[in-house]
Amino acid sequence: MPAIQITNLSKAYGEVKALSDINLSVNGGELFGLIGPDGAGKTTLIRIITTLLLPDSGCATVLGLDTRHDYKKLRGLIGYMPAVFSLYSDLNVEENLNFFAGVFGTSVRENYDLIKGIYHMLEPFKHRPAGKLSGGMKQKLALSCALIHRPKVLILDEPTTGVDAVSRMELWDLLHEIKDKGITTFVSTAYMDEAKQCDRVALIQKGKIFGVNSPNGFAQMFPYKLFAVYSSNIWLHLESIRQMVVCETAYMFGNKLHFATNSFDLRAENLRESLLSMGIDAQVDEIEAGIEDYFIYQLSEKSRS
Amino acid sequence: MKRVIEVENLVKQFGNFTAVNNLTFSVAKGEIFGLLGANGAGKTTTIRMLCGLLLPTSGKITVAGYDAFTQPEQIRASIGYMSQKFSLYSDLTVWENIRFFGGIYGLWGRELKLRTSELVDEFKMNEFRDVMVESLPLGWRQRVSLAVSMVHKPPIIFLDEPTSGVDPIARRMFWETIHHISLQGTTVMVTTHYMDEAEYCHTLLIMVDGMIQALGKPDELKSKHAVESMNELFLSLARNSNANMM
Repeated sequence: MPAIQITNLSKAYGEVKALSDINLSVNGGELFGLIGPDGAGKTTLIRIITTLLLPDSGCATVLGLDTRHDYKKLRGLIGYMPAVFSLYSDLNVEENLNFFAGVFGTSVRENYDLIKGIYHMLEPFKHRPAGKLSGGMKQKLALSCALIHRPKVLILDEPTTGVDAVSRMELWDLLHEIKDKGITTFVSTAYMDEAKQCDRVALIQKGKIFGVNSPNGFAQMFPYKLFAVYSSNIWLHLESIRQMVVCETAYMFGNKLHFATNSFDLRAENLRESLLSMGIDAQVDEIEAGIEDYFIYQLSEKSRS
Repeated sequence: MKRVIEVENLVKQFGNFTAVNNLTFSVAKGEIFGLLGANGAGKTTTIRMLCGLLLPTSGKITVAGYDAFTQPEQIRASIGYMSQKFSLYSDLTVWENIRFFGGIYGLWGRELKLRTSELVDEFKMNEFRDVMVESLPLGWRQRVSLAVSMVHKPPIIFLDEPTSGVDPIARRMFWETIHHISLQGTTVMVTTHYMDEAEYCHTLLIMVDGMIQALGKPDELKSKHAVESMNELFLSLARNSNANMM
């Protein structure tokens, strides 16, 4: 039995189709990522999975229980960390934790082993009101509160949005620890580079899921040959490079341009020479695609059709 | 190269807390200058001082030739500002939004009309000019927002995490626009949490605990610190921060 099973699920807000015919299955014990830009439908899907919103059609089950009918039972089994800070700002760290433990009919002591790793970072501030914690600490407290009733499935809605690179990395370390304790973890994010942290990823855009795979699996689905082009003034030449007959897409990745071609006999040396004839002195290497290359490929296919 | 921002020994204290500790750097005309730092490193305080919104405790700041201590109003009139929480009027069209903000900056009549159509052309928004902002995709709203921040032709624009939450293509298109306006001579100061975007800047300043930990071109910084990526460099510098412990 999958930990989360979503079948033909749709949801509209008036005229706006937030989710169209979503099918998704998350295995028990998996660290699963839902990746897509703002407005793609991530929060709507998460609110349905967490029993907080009803779908228009289709269904979602978590641990075999239906989110529509078995919501009371499910709420005790799911840990949920919403996108906005939702703890009591005027209660201190310890009081928040005790409160959430109390609501779920358990105690902090009973489940302390589960949150120990996170909570020891918070301990020095346990008497500080939650509203006065730094962003990273607020998040750690929210995560502790979502775990305090020892959920079987943990669901986090964009925990890394607006968070700096250091806190993001710490959060992912914690999520790996939670996964290692056997808790199925479902995370949404708009950051493509976080895909590699997940066992499997679903890509979502405009309410539709257009692929579920492992990060490597996605990379292997990239249909073109890919080159990394490095040149000090590459930004000046993007338009003319895109005009090249052999160019499918060309987008910047860090300090390099990822140049995709469907001319499979094109070699790095050929491309280097072509670029040189256009006045661009560049270093060219053939590279393996990543998941972000695949996402870009899908987005540009869609805008063509 | 003409310097449009000059900062010398800049300090800002809040009570006993030193938020910005002795910064010295300069930004050239047309440069894309990235300001990086973990939350609490002093980025926002620095930007607020550069925008003429916060008086420094000590040091020297000149922005577009104006002194931050004595001419903050002139600074505010010479800069554009766009943040992730950009404030467009969602029930006005693209055209109306630009006109509205142009009016606030004192443009009117023929001049306002001219500037509005100039921006619509330059940002390739002709297709969308009569569309209400609320029905535009997020990536386009960000582009409108950038156009609006440039309505009064500021020599310098500040972009505060401008690309949060957009899809990978929209994010790149936005950066291509930034490079385009930089080529035309506009200076761009930008903050971001995306380390691959840090590489899109000409120059980077990494702040830790209110101080400069690294300053230079992205490629130079990577080879100097012997790291493969900006992310690695940022983590190695920012991880030792005191602010992490707060």
